[in-house]
Amino acid sequence: MADVNWTALIIFVLLFAFITWLGFAAAKWRAGDLDQLHEWGLGGRRFGTLITWFLIGGDVYTAYTFIAVPALAFGAGAIAFFAVPYAILIYPILFLVFPRLWHVCHKHKYITAGDFVRGRYGNRWLALAVTVTGIVAVMPYIALQLVGLQVVIGAMGVSGTGYAGDLPLVIAFIILAAFTYSSGLRAPASIAIVKDILIYTTAFVAVITIPIQMGGFGKIFAAVPPAKVLLAVPGANTTGSYGVYATLVLGSALALFLYPHSITGILSASSGRAVRRNAALLPGYTFMLGLLALMGLFAIATGVGTLPEYAAGFKQFGNSFAVPALFLHSFPSWFVGIAFAAVGIGALVPAAIMSIAAANLYTRNIHREFINKNPTDKQEAQMAKWVSLIVKLGALVFIIFVPTQYAIQLQLLGGIWIIQTVPSVMLGVFTRWFNDWALLVGWAVGTCVGTAMAVSVNFAAAYPLAFSGYTLPGYTAFYTVILNLVLAIVLTPVFNAMGGKQVDATVAADYHA
Amino acid sequence: MAQPSERRAGWSWWYLLLVIQFILLLWVPSYNKLEPSWAGIPFFYWYQMLWVIISAVLTAIVYFATED
Repeated sequence: MADVNWTALIIFVLLFAFITWLGFAAAKWRAGDLDQLHEWGLGGRRFGTLITWFLIGGDVYTAYTFIAVPALAFGAGAIAFFAVPYAILIYPILFLVFPRLWHVCHKHKYITAGDFVRGRYGNRWLALAVTVTGIVAVMPYIALQLVGLQVVIGAMGVSGTGYAGDLPLVIAFIILAAFTYSSGLRAPASIAIVKDILIYTTAFVAVITIPIQMGGFGKIFAAVPPAKVLLAVPGANTTGSYGVYATLVLGSALALFLYPHSITGILSASSGRAVRRNAALLPGYTFMLGLLALMGLFAIATGVGTLPEYAAGFKQFGNSFAVPALFLHSFPSWFVGIAFAAVGIGALVPAAIMSIAAANLYTRNIHREFINKNPTDKQEAQMAKWVSLIVKLGALVFIIFVPTQYAIQLQLLGGIWIIQTVPSVMLGVFTRWFNDWALLVGWAVGTCVGTAMAVSVNFAAAYPLAFSGYTLPGYTAFYTVILNLVLAIVLTPVFNAMGGKQVDATVAADYHA
Repeated sequence: MAQPSERRAGWSWWYLLLVIQFILLLWVPSYNKLEPSWAGIPFFYWYQMLWVIISAVLTAIVYFATED
């Protein structure tokens, strides 16, 4: 790669130094006893509407999103815009389902989805299934955040040979690990405010200045190959790209708030009302996500993919380099520094929340359930702090030693796995009708079949479901959660007839204010 | 045992407003087109961006209408 871009790098490092200080200082923010798990791992459930907005926004709209969605638009065109309707439909779901989860978790002091399932169904194995699914689905997500960071560091010309090249990533990781350990969820909550301001500034500046440089949106879209501007119209006997688009939207939307980091963000709110208000306020980020998706098309129109100065970057990072190259091409160095810091800090916020969420799950639903049943508060919080370190270290090792492609494939599988918790968690906040063993069978079959389908199409998101001459290509996660649900419904009367006592630690009144 | 009345608890007809966006946004053929374009932006893009705003307004209406 070319020379180091010093102006950008200095601004990047200064902003990183600032959020490092902020991350440590956050421990004293609305101070609580960090030797208690709900203080370290949920910020004491004290975040009001505004902080929850920053926290969930920082959590859901990650560095990987900012790099990957425009990269998909750059490579494949219109299909990448599925991210917009997806990020619209997550909010009615948030509004209807998750205040109920917040209320029941607040009432019973639950910290994770595993805690809720354990209480609701009294079945430790179903709780274990939900817990393991959450941890396994979130791990590759953490790894991909580090990829986002890697791309912008590389784009500033910081490179080295062998393991020296990974040094900046290791430094960023140590900063992340240290402030998460010491401040818990308060650290990403405070840094999210800085991250969001930077990202918003970058997106608006880009969407205004780049079209001006290019001579208007009309010229930009004219420069994009027509096949990429719209979805391909399906042929006969197939729902084609329309079915893929719609099932990607609905499947991704159902899965999103079941990820452990999303649930951690929701449960740290101070009231169910703060969650409901955010369902109306969070679409502000979706608008920005749409602007960023457009950047992928801008990158096609500017032709950065063919310019010699960016060839090395595209060779190393593939289409993920589209947005960094566009920024380098269109902005002065000092603003590139701000934009890249936005992406870099945008990696640290969700990575911190994800590692905290995984730590909460392990500590509560595996260690406490199966290993040490009566930990003191202090032991429990200490265990979570250590687990958060181990989880991040695992992600770092993975990114340095394993090709990025595997992390992307695992993240795709993660979406298929996490959606299998829809019946037990999402429907579970409405009804105790399902038999817990039927839910467990549905989960197991959905997970296995989904994994096999994904492998059979070589980790493409869509599976070409075919019957009697019709092909319905669609998102694997969406198809398999239907299978899961049908099994749970059919098997519930069967398992109920076999006897066994239905237990439920919650009552209807626990689910609302 | 399961409580059949539980699901009904807290139901409001206002929630139906939230269903509209599911139907319209999942009906992909209705918006996979270039025209009418706006400021040079094809329909496909500005229509979906417009729905970001409409959906936020709908959710806000439901929030205020169902506020206890």
